Amino acid sequence: MAANSDFLLTFQEFDSSESHLGGNGDATTISIEDTGAGSHKPQKQRRSAPVTSFEEDNDPLANDDKTELLSGQKRSAPFWTFEYYQRFFDVETHQVRERILGSLLPWPGKNFVHLYIRNNPDLYGPFWICATLVFVIAICGNISDFLVYLGNPQYKYVPEFRKVTIAATAIYSYAWLVPLALWGLLVWRNSKVMNRVSYSFLEIVCVYGYSLAVYIPAVVLWIIPNEAVRWFSIVVALCLSGSILVLTFWPAVRDDQPRVAIAIMTAIVALHILLAFGCKAYFFSTLEVKHTAVDAAVDHGTKSSPTMKMHRTNTMS
Amino acid sequence: MVEVEETSKFMFAGLSDVSISGDIAVEGEINVPVGTPSQDKKYSTLDEPVKDTILRDLKAVGKKFVHVMYPKKSSALLRDWDLWGPLLLCVTLALMLQGGSVDSKEDRGPQFAEVFVIIWFGSVIITLNSKLLGGTISFFQSLCVLGYCIMPLTVAMVVCRLVLLGGSWGFSFIVRLIVVTASFSWSTFASTAFLADCQPPNRKALVVYPVFLFYFVIGWMILTFSPSA
Repeated sequence: MAANSDFLLTFQEFDSSESHLGGNGDATTISIEDTGAGSHKPQKQRRSAPVTSFEEDNDPLANDDKTELLSGQKRSAPFWTFEYYQRFFDVETHQVRERILGSLLPWPGKNFVHLYIRNNPDLYGPFWICATLVFVIAICGNISDFLVYLGNPQYKYVPEFRKVTIAATAIYSYAWLVPLALWGLLVWRNSKVMNRVSYSFLEIVCVYGYSLAVYIPAVVLWIIPNEAVRWFSIVVALCLSGSILVLTFWPAVRDDQPRVAIAIMTAIVALHILLAFGCKAYFFSTLEVKHTAVDAAVDHGTKSSPTMKMHRTNTMS
Repeated sequence: MVEVEETSKFMFAGLSDVSISGDIAVEGEINVPVGTPSQDKKYSTLDEPVKDTILRDLKAVGKKFVHVMYPKKSSALLRDWDLWGPLLLCVTLALMLQGGSVDSKEDRGPQFAEVFVIIWFGSVIITLNSKLLGGTISFFQSLCVLGYCIMPLTVAMVVCRLVLLGGSWGFSFIVRLIVVTASFSWSTFASTAFLADCQPPNRKALVVYPVFLFYFVIGWMILTFSPSA
């Protein structure tokens, strides 16, 4: 009995000191997985500390389990229940605002995922940023067409509603299918080469979704029919959002063979460029109005309208 | 008989503080209160004339319209939700927005089905969004509020169609712009007044923004409506 209590005593002492450190939240626990974990763990445990502090004396083991449960994601709800999806919307207004601002201003040292997402990926940002972008593209495309045709008596303004569905398909498939492919690719490379940094599927969706946020002001600028302004805004938007993606995914592939790493990064950037220029070319076209025949029938009094052929050319110059 | 009663009383002596008055009669008639006719009529509306049924629903719908016109923080809209009003407004709006030229299939305005789908699908998405963010409102209550708050935009559509009779551009465009902007902000404000209370305070903006986007898109469709020549 005495040996048992001695054993219990030593065991408890070891555990209580560790959980005491963990439960307080003052000390940082360093895990081997990735360097970003040390910064977020005390924050999570600080949240759980007021709950578990009174239990700490009673059962240090349970304290450890509880912090583990609270810091990680609750995997208890099955995927067909509503609660399963509710944990993807566990964000507050200021968090979403910070994430959007962080995606607008990339910085070489800061990893978007580690700094802003911090193991709390949300689906709110990607979904509503994509929805906003779809409608902004459709509306601004309409306005820019109207401005190009302005003063043209032959032009009858029609709101082209079909463009909304096309824009929605393009943007949503880019924002959800490309992360799926990229995640699969990274998982496959991870099985071959041990990478230090790995992202979950939702974190990749988050990065792609928030990186599209910079396009919204750029698309609004595309209303102006000036080609120089359009080119300037598209280049700036591409640089900002592309650098977010590059800075996020470079740590995940740099441990790989250099050829594979370069190939993956090039593919990411190329798809991004394709999306930007494709949207600009399809929705914001430049006009070349050709007058094929102008009727001089006004002198003769006959009423026939001058025919004009309008070529909507999707030129990029 | 008396001995049985005595023993039973002895066995259940502990229950003496429970107030059972005397002997419980197990013989005799069991009196069931006969339902009064007025109570019956309140719950069974099967026998009333059809006019009463329709008028009652119409009155409820009309009362909710008044609530939307003067949005105060009342819970009447939420308590007795119904989807008649939203259906009426949606069909009216979709019928009026239907447009575009018939000669070219490519460049045309939204068709009836597109407007219908946008309104209902958009409402469902916004409701799901607010529920996922932890809102305490029920699914159909939210649909009801969003549907009823389309009413200012429907009124704006009627006004726009009347204004369009006098020409498409210039002054009529300014008037239409002002009318649509005013009604769109009225819709957003009205629905926020009803919906915002059901959200945790640090997520209010996250719930209000999709509602703003929804009414903005509908307002845009109204503003850019051009009748086929």
